[in-house]
Amino acid sequence: MAITKKQSAELATQVFEYAPAPEAIDHVKIASRYGLFIDGRMVDAHSKKRFPTINPATEKTLSEVAEADEVDVDRAVKAASKAFESWSHLSASRRARYLFRISRLIQERSRELAVVETMDGGKPIKESRDVDIPLSAAHFFYYAGWADKLEWAFPNRKPRPLGVAGQVIPWNFPLLMLAWKIAPALAAGNTVVLKPAETTPLSAMVFAEICMQADLPPGVVNIVTGAGKTGSLVVSHPAVKKVAFTGSTEVGKLIQRSIAGSGKKLTLELGGKAANIVFEDAPLDQAVEGIVNGIYFNQGHVCCAGSRLLVQESIAEPLLEKLKRRLSTLRLGDPLDKNTDIGAINSRAQLEKIQGLVESGVEEGAELYQPPCVLPERGFWFPPSLFTNVSQSYRIAREEIFGPVLSVLTFRTPNEAVEKANNTPYGLSAGVWTDKGSRILWMAERMRAGVVWANTFNRFDPTSPFGGYKESGYGREGGVHGLLPYVELH
Amino acid sequence: MDVRKTYKLFVNGEFVRSESGRAYRPDGGKVNVPRGSRKDLRDAVRAARTAFPGWAGRTAMNRGQVLYRAAEMLDGRAAQFVELLGGGPRARRELDQSVETLVWYAGWTDKLPQVTGTVNPVAGPYFNFTIPEPTGVVGIVAPQEPRLLGLVRRIAPVLCGGNVAIALAAESNPLAALTLAEVFATSDFPAGVVNIISGQRKELLPWLASHMDVNAIDTVGCTADEIKSIEESAAGNVKRVIKLTESEMSPYLIAAFMEMKTVWHPIGV
Repeated sequence: MAITKKQSAELATQVFEYAPAPEAIDHVKIASRYGLFIDGRMVDAHSKKRFPTINPATEKTLSEVAEADEVDVDRAVKAASKAFESWSHLSASRRARYLFRISRLIQERSRELAVVETMDGGKPIKESRDVDIPLSAAHFFYYAGWADKLEWAFPNRKPRPLGVAGQVIPWNFPLLMLAWKIAPALAAGNTVVLKPAETTPLSAMVFAEICMQADLPPGVVNIVTGAGKTGSLVVSHPAVKKVAFTGSTEVGKLIQRSIAGSGKKLTLELGGKAANIVFEDAPLDQAVEGIVNGIYFNQGHVCCAGSRLLVQESIAEPLLEKLKRRLSTLRLGDPLDKNTDIGAINSRAQLEKIQGLVESGVEEGAELYQPPCVLPERGFWFPPSLFTNVSQSYRIAREEIFGPVLSVLTFRTPNEAVEKANNTPYGLSAGVWTDKGSRILWMAERMRAGVVWANTFNRFDPTSPFGGYKESGYGREGGVHGLLPYVELH
Repeated sequence: MDVRKTYKLFVNGEFVRSESGRAYRPDGGKVNVPRGSRKDLRDAVRAARTAFPGWAGRTAMNRGQVLYRAAEMLDGRAAQFVELLGGGPRARRELDQSVETLVWYAGWTDKLPQVTGTVNPVAGPYFNFTIPEPTGVVGIVAPQEPRLLGLVRRIAPVLCGGNVAIALAAESNPLAALTLAEVFATSDFPAGVVNIISGQRKELLPWLASHMDVNAIDTVGCTADEIKSIEESAAGNVKRVIKLTESEMSPYLIAAFMEMKTVWHPIGV
């Protein structure tokens, strides 16, 4: 039976009530305290210092983790150096077997990992369950297969591992970033010392258990928890031959400067301020979903987030109307609820940063839109937001907010879209929405960015290289290109 | 009595004196060479940046033809270069290898994407491919010796991939580099694609390394101390600092100046 236009309009604006659908957490055991994972076992930190890791949705302490000091980091690097001798000489197919094993264990413990990730980081369970954890397992599976095929990846050369890799990862995709770092490093025959982010160490602690379950030889993977200080100890340790960092451009520059002249091989995956460009011939409903996914996925804590919407002037009005209506249907709240679209902001510090930048947007003259949205009393929350009337010079159009905040700008011609999209020191990703094939390729060619999503956004895959142009860093993670940072070619 | 040549910088397709008006005489010789300044360097960066989209946008085949043209021009001036390099079989060999290097990289322009690009079998209904694209403006610090081949070996792969170059001529022996500019000037390279600056390395390097519109630096001719300070300055805009060895002649060297771009599109009806 056909419905009238009026009925359809009513339906479209209706917000459905959802019964609570909390993910069970009784099968997950989080220890009250964790040590460091060094030389194949959990050990107490020399520093004797600990810090709490909290659930950002409740502000309750989940556990206490060790803060590694210089002695701890040195122990970890020494264990990795020692393990390198045997790991790099192990038959490549054996290395592959260990990585396959790890991948399978992640799959087997996937729900537990998803819950831990959501509790420790604040992301909606549907995202940790459907994106973070499966992609982490897939990443290990993909690079497992490379371990005994490296000579096919580098024609005419003999690839050799570098030694100990010091890796520092962010809090937005804790286990996935761990997988992006550890899987290619191990496949190529390196050993690692990894430092998880201060606010999200717990999935790495579960991963340490997985390494033990897999009987991974001691010292091949070492995990030291701590804050920035610990990270800088890891990257500056003289026995570390390779540094891989994912995080802010500010810290990336510090690292590049601090290891200057050391001969360490460096890869950086840094910030972004991606343009998501919608042309007038784009299918608007699909584009709206893509815009929402582009900026509100993981509360906008995504380095490649489509944080600048560039919309062709002729469709700006209807598109924004649809977009605002869609925002009002996003469900913000308990990250463990399976219906939640927007979870908690990762930390108080990040919340304050977002608030500060949003205030600057209002002060500079942009117009803020937020759907009616009840924020829980405890925890760190920020409603999905969008700014119109944004000038390119505003801070909200230039700086990475790393939160659920979209800046909307308009353009008239494709050339103007290209100019505005590339008008940033960053170059991590870009989005293009149009029905015209030739225009997709024309735009893709002109985007100074490492990943271009056309008629889609925020897709990831272990076979697909990811990384930036310009100040978004260098080196690629994923695909055959992701092996290069972990080998030297002879 | 011969008509002597005034050696000049090569910036934006033109032969210019240093805006600073300064000159120096390498090795205490009789020839005046312009002592390029920070401003000359900035002019070169601006020219290079302007030329970049056009050069990068040329078809791979066209870039190959232009590089091959440079080999032709160099070979045509063989006698002049052999004399500049001191004459004899060694000089002749260096010239021959320089020509060969240009020919070799001319053939790579349209093969690099086929060797380093990929189609990625992602787990979903998407077509996904990765292609190399030039990183942009590249600074080149060539070794002092071999004065011609050392420079050609690094400029050719940079241009091959579609990048634009600002090369510092060897401080003690800049004449071959400055004369090589005449080869580029007659090889159909658009103005600004190749820029060659002579002068004191100590004076120029810090500005090249810290310039916010330079995307990468090839440090092949640098000392360890110089590399350290370049890497420190390079952090200002996350420059790529390339440290591949002098003997490297491979698509890996071309790729060192390339960015990998990955494009996704859904598959559906």
